[in-house]
Amino acid sequence: MSDFIKDNLNSDGVDRRGFLKCMAWAGTGTFCLIQGGVLKSFALSDIANRGLAAAKGELSFVQLSDSHIGFDKAANPDVTATLDAAIAKVNALETPPEFVLHTGDLSHLSKPSEFDTLDQRLKSMRTDKIFYVPGEHDVLNDDGAQYRERYGKGTKGDGWYSFDQKGVHFIGLVNVMNLKAGGLGNLGKDQLEFVEDDVKHLKSSTPIVVFAHIPLWSVYPEWGWGTDDGAQALGYLKRFGSVSVLNGHIHQIMQKVEGNVTFHTAMSTAFPQPQPGTAPSPGPMKVPADKLRALLGVTDVNFVRGKNTLAVVDSTLA
Amino acid sequence: MKKTMLKVVVYAVMVAALGWMAGGRTHLFAAAGGPVEIKIDNYSFTPGDITVAAGTTVTWVNRDDVPHTVRNNDGTLKSKALDTDDKFSMTFDKPGTYEYFCSIHPKMTAKVVVK
Repeated sequence: MSDFIKDNLNSDGVDRRGFLKCMAWAGTGTFCLIQGGVLKSFALSDIANRGLAAAKGELSFVQLSDSHIGFDKAANPDVTATLDAAIAKVNALETPPEFVLHTGDLSHLSKPSEFDTLDQRLKSMRTDKIFYVPGEHDVLNDDGAQYRERYGKGTKGDGWYSFDQKGVHFIGLVNVMNLKAGGLGNLGKDQLEFVEDDVKHLKSSTPIVVFAHIPLWSVYPEWGWGTDDGAQALGYLKRFGSVSVLNGHIHQIMQKVEGNVTFHTAMSTAFPQPQPGTAPSPGPMKVPADKLRALLGVTDVNFVRGKNTLAVVDSTLA
Repeated sequence: MKKTMLKVVVYAVMVAALGWMAGGRTHLFAAAGGPVEIKIDNYSFTPGDITVAAGTTVTWVNRDDVPHTVRNNDGTLKSKALDTDDKFSMTFDKPGTYEYFCSIHPKMTAKVVVK
């Protein structure tokens, strides 16, 4: 279903009421272009025809996710090699990313040696800065103390923060701590207050990018793929014309557009997970070795100022 | 001594009867001290809800490719993250209901009822 979002949607861009929900999967690269709040999407292979250059904007960054350094099971016995392949993919981009967002599960078991390996590998990536948010695998046994020591300097609370880059406001959130029995991802009262306060001073025309590990929207609650108080956080962003939410955790591409908000999840660099409900559990999915890299990947995001345009390109490692 | 033995037997019978009546979810019974193993597989605890006699040692063993924990809200159950094939044991001396969950995948919940 790589063509799940047709590019003939309402092109009005002002009245979005008729076009608010679309949600589906893509096993291969997908290109999305958001113009005036309207999402257009087509297969990655079409980009050559349409001209990728047109999508390159003033701000270009990359999302990496779910590296799971330390994982060595059948679904991918060498996650360091596939991380290296992802880094090579980024380094081969025509426009080097100004920065990289890693949306968590850097490690598999929060071991110092796993973080060390990740750090060492990421040194070879051609970018100025890497921003992180933790996954649940990064905060095992110590409530995230080690994670914050390594990656969370200058952040608030469990490791949340915001920053501005070329007129775009970025908010990094932590929804993998203090999880409640039977519940989903969790932001908590302090973090919700942070979000509310953080955007108060911003003009409604400011493009917002929110990134966190677990999807902030309800992808598949049966497998814990959602965040209990995610809707509340997004409620504070209602007045903004362009909100993009970038998540990881589910090791596959999923997208949804709801009003002014575009949701997107990235592929893992380590191993794929099954589509919701297609397996007894969301555990690592074993595929033939020659198929693995087609299910892993990186996400390239470009923003064109003035056009209110955000372009998201997912590329597999195959 | 004899009285205690009788008590244990009566309890075991009661517990078994209760379990039989409850039906539905998986139940497992053990006499005091008889060890019980709970497998963590496919993001679930098997058997899920169990009823044991006081003094029973319960061992969780993780058979998944991802880590899990065995924890509860008041901290009486607090395993570290269990990697594949790691085990965690707890001896339940005090009667009561111990609801627990995996703090990494909180949709995974179950309980140990100690009689």
